[in-house]
Amino acid sequence: MPEDSGGYESHHYDVVVIGAGGAGLRAAIAAHDAGARTALVCKSLLGKAHTVMAEGGIAAALGNLWPEDNWQVHFRDTMRGGKLLNNWRMAELHAKEAPQRVYELEQWGALFDRTPDGKISQRDFGGHRYARLAHVGDRTGLEMIRTLQQRAVALGIDVFMELTITDLLKDGARVAGAFGYWRESGRFVVFEAPAVVLATGGIGKSWRVTSNSWEYTGDGHALALRAGATLINMEFVQFHPTGMVWPPAVKGLLVTESVRGDGGVLLNSQGKRFMFDYIPEFFKAETADTVEEADAWYTDKRNNRRPPELLPRDEVARAINSEVKSGRGSPHGGVYLDIASRRSPEFIKRRLPSMYHQFMELAGVDITKEPMEIAPTCHYVMGGVEVDPDTQMSVVPGLFAAGEVAGGMHGANRLGGNSLSDLLVFGKRAGDHAASYVQALGHQRPQVDAQALSAASEVALAPFAGGHGSENPYGVHQDLQVVMQDLVGIIRTEHELKEALDKLSGLRARSGALAVEGNRQYNPGWHLALDLRNMLLVSESVARAALERQESRGGHTRDDYPMSDPYWGTQNVVVKLDGHDLRVERQPLPKPPPELAQLLEEGH
Amino acid sequence: MTAPSVPTAAPAPRARAAIAARTLRTDNWRKEPTITAAVLLSFVAYATWAAFKNADYYKPPYLSPFYSPCMASICGHARAGATVVHPPMVGLFGPWWAISPAIIVLIIPLGFRFTCYYYRKAYYRSIWRSPAACAVQEPHARYRGESKFPLIIQNAHRWFFYLGLLLNGILTYDAVEAFHFPSGWGHAGFGTLMLVVNAVLLWAYSLSCHACRHIIGGRLKHFSRHPVRFRLWGIVSKWNARHMEIAWVSLVFVALTDLYVRLVASGWVTDPRFF
Amino acid sequence: MSRELLLRIWRGDASGGDLVDFVVPVEEGEVVLDAVHKTQALHAGDLAVRWNFKAGKCGSCSAEINGHPRLMCMTRLSSLPSGPVTITPLRTFPVIRDLVTDVSFNYEKARQVPAFSPRPEQPVAPFIMYQQDVERSQEFRKCIECWLCQDVCHVIRDHEENKPHYSGPRFFIRWAELDMHPNDGLDRKEALQDTQGLGYCNVTKCCTEVCPEGIKITDNAIIPMKERVVDAKYDPLVRFARRRLRRARGTASSATSQGPGHG
Repeated sequence: MPEDSGGYESHHYDVVVIGAGGAGLRAAIAAHDAGARTALVCKSLLGKAHTVMAEGGIAAALGNLWPEDNWQVHFRDTMRGGKLLNNWRMAELHAKEAPQRVYELEQWGALFDRTPDGKISQRDFGGHRYARLAHVGDRTGLEMIRTLQQRAVALGIDVFMELTITDLLKDGARVAGAFGYWRESGRFVVFEAPAVVLATGGIGKSWRVTSNSWEYTGDGHALALRAGATLINMEFVQFHPTGMVWPPAVKGLLVTESVRGDGGVLLNSQGKRFMFDYIPEFFKAETADTVEEADAWYTDKRNNRRPPELLPRDEVARAINSEVKSGRGSPHGGVYLDIASRRSPEFIKRRLPSMYHQFMELAGVDITKEPMEIAPTCHYVMGGVEVDPDTQMSVVPGLFAAGEVAGGMHGANRLGGNSLSDLLVFGKRAGDHAASYVQALGHQRPQVDAQALSAASEVALAPFAGGHGSENPYGVHQDLQVVMQDLVGIIRTEHELKEALDKLSGLRARSGALAVEGNRQYNPGWHLALDLRNMLLVSESVARAALERQESRGGHTRDDYPMSDPYWGTQNVVVKLDGHDLRVERQPLPKPPPELAQLLEEGH
Repeated sequence: MTAPSVPTAAPAPRARAAIAARTLRTDNWRKEPTITAAVLLSFVAYATWAAFKNADYYKPPYLSPFYSPCMASICGHARAGATVVHPPMVGLFGPWWAISPAIIVLIIPLGFRFTCYYYRKAYYRSIWRSPAACAVQEPHARYRGESKFPLIIQNAHRWFFYLGLLLNGILTYDAVEAFHFPSGWGHAGFGTLMLVVNAVLLWAYSLSCHACRHIIGGRLKHFSRHPVRFRLWGIVSKWNARHMEIAWVSLVFVALTDLYVRLVASGWVTDPRFF
Repeated sequence: MSRELLLRIWRGDASGGDLVDFVVPVEEGEVVLDAVHKTQALHAGDLAVRWNFKAGKCGSCSAEINGHPRLMCMTRLSSLPSGPVTITPLRTFPVIRDLVTDVSFNYEKARQVPAFSPRPEQPVAPFIMYQQDVERSQEFRKCIECWLCQDVCHVIRDHEENKPHYSGPRFFIRWAELDMHPNDGLDRKEALQDTQGLGYCNVTKCCTEVCPEGIKITDNAIIPMKERVVDAKYDPLVRFARRRLRRARGTASSATSQGPGHG
């Protein structure tokens, strides 16, 4: 039973997992199975996390359709897709363990689409050499989160829904717990726990055109920074090439990559399949250079190379951006994604039911009859908390991170389908190691400091203090989104990044003067005011890291440094908080052992 | 709110939002239940009248579906000049059965339709108003649905389904007999057409029903081990999606068939002969 | 093409509340949730509303729009009749504040579902399962847990007292999903009837009407489950066949869990 002390509701656990998407749920299940008393905390209702939006599938070298597929090929694809900036050990663990994690879902009741001989079916996706994504129509993420959610409920794991964590608590260098509030009542809650797993997802809500929900405010990134942990690769933000552009109300909403995997092509306003003009040297050997070969690939994958529409996301997003800028865009500022003229209506409705539904309901467009209008949308952050690849522990003892909030796994660019498998593989690892970390502590458990609690509650209540401020949180948020969209978007320059940093410091000043109306009971204005603190810190981290990396690579494109630079191929950009200021450092990238390095060579 | 085991410190008082209106729907939600009730009640009124009329249900070779199979001795008076109508069954109910013989068999089609999943929706909504339309508050203070007596009897649908199939067989026989005029086989009149269409519609209604869908294949756990039943289940499922339409058409048509036979038998209409 | 829209939003909490009028500018292609967000940004920063993606995929923004249970993110303003738009919280659940309700009822019912349990013939994944065998359950796994079917169901909407013994359409499809799972080994039919209140459903299909995922809740889950209960309890022929089968096998005990058709 929770006890009340000094006006806080307080709970004691071994492991507190923050975030209940795929990574958080998997971590909580692992920690629970390892015998730790585990709490799962989430900002929304259980089962509403971003994982439900993942459409394509879970990348895992099951080899069900292609016996030649194995973890080595998956490892190679992941590293090449990430422009070799990935943490090799994470990429290795990911490729090796993903199949077991997928089978585990089936063991818990997941129902994937099947091959004719009754195995899990796998689909093609950008950057993957073989059809590798285990899927359920175009709602794989929903299947995954439901399975994990139902498993967690069956195990009786304690879930705290609609509870936002605002600060981590420490005892010296170690994590001691977490502080937050019930969204419903505004009441403060203290978790005393020696291990905290961050599984809070990404940061996309700081951009105007985004596929992310309001929850994606970079909470975990900011909590980690404030607790003394480091972030890496924050300059790498993935813009998904295909987001809806019209009507304005749904701008940014994701259009799954499966449309292209199932035969959809990109056309400019002249009706030209322009991706053939944008095949980079790095992928020439494995990409079709004629329409005939590209089309033949769908039916004969053995003797043809992949269509250029299925290049990694960063390449496709840049190409679309460039077509629109050259005046060959569609009326609403995108390009066309056409599957209507290439596949039968029955095929489209069967393979892409949610897309059909989404366009029909929201745009009044029948994708079996007309092409879709699409443009890049902010989707995913490759960067995140720097963690040990095996244990997922950050530089702060007791603080773990898994999923999108962790950095390193995807390097400069993430392949589609690698996100869901990332959540499962590293969610489990984080949960396992958090539990064993706590076990190893024995009686040396950290203590929560009463002073830290009153400081945390003071910060949380500041927007109500009024008096000294009149800023509307909705207004500040909108201005932040404009800054990040316009100045820290797909294409960046030193000049614009500096301007962004200027504006961000202005916004930071304004955020000190936020005032919200109403009371603490389910008050979205207050919630946004608290989330803004995190968004501003994380946005600045992105801008600073982007300014530091003077090259173009993956999800980071600098107009003033358009080429990749071999020097930068060996460096991570690390961001940490020093007092109130962010500091940026370079750090050499760990090198893979020779047997793995060999796999990355051309022609493998 | 915590889902599983840890409760919040002090459970707040819980009440629904105070909204007095029975519904805030602004569309014309009364229309559908009103039409449904009107058609259902008209059918019931007509069927009751026709069933108790105990006359004008037979004109060789046409037998009204309301009176088939005619199993009482008193059916004999209808057989004046008949060729053969259900010879093995006539007389099952002896002279002691004095009222209309329709009452004996009508229990089957009425029971089948009364317990049908579609009609249940139709009369629960339109007559019992539970609920009259979605998101419209129902007028009853208590509700136990089909969990207890009397409505738990709805589970007898399966029995009526089996009996209904037998009845369909007999009505099919009647439709075939409708080609068998006193002058001999191989003729057909407008009444023949009515009886044939009626039999087809009744089969369509029975075979598209949810109980049939279940028996054909729905109860299987592994379709892959029963490919024929799986294919049949697919066909029945398609029909089942139209069960509501079939239910209405067959209901109206069976009444029209009775009416036609009645008009011919009473001499109001002369049956046009095709060949 | 901007125009002014009159919104009538229920504001209040468990102690009381009322409809409050707001006027907001709206654009072509916008949905009800956009109008609610504008109300927050322009008039009422503390207007409580639950939402996540605005994409019809998370099922967070359920409310009643002009009396109809709907997702606010999937209701285009152009699809509504002209005149004011009334938005109220889900009626079946206790209100927390404004448009936010306490849906914990559903999470309690979720805990009562006996988890998937593989058949002894195939205890460990990877399982061999065929597409035609998984498809029925896959339809139910499309559920986004928006709770609109639970909200519209008159069994609990109009009868609060039924909540303890009735789990509602969302959970009927969950039980059905497990019962139809090709590799599940439990028999849940009688428990579904006896402990979850399947018999309370009178197949009036409002759940199917409001389902934003188009799941045929009544035809494909509830009625098939009622039919499976009939198999277990009420069908004369099945009972006869089962008795014959049992006698043929020479055991009087083992055949209770699976009917003859469940091969």
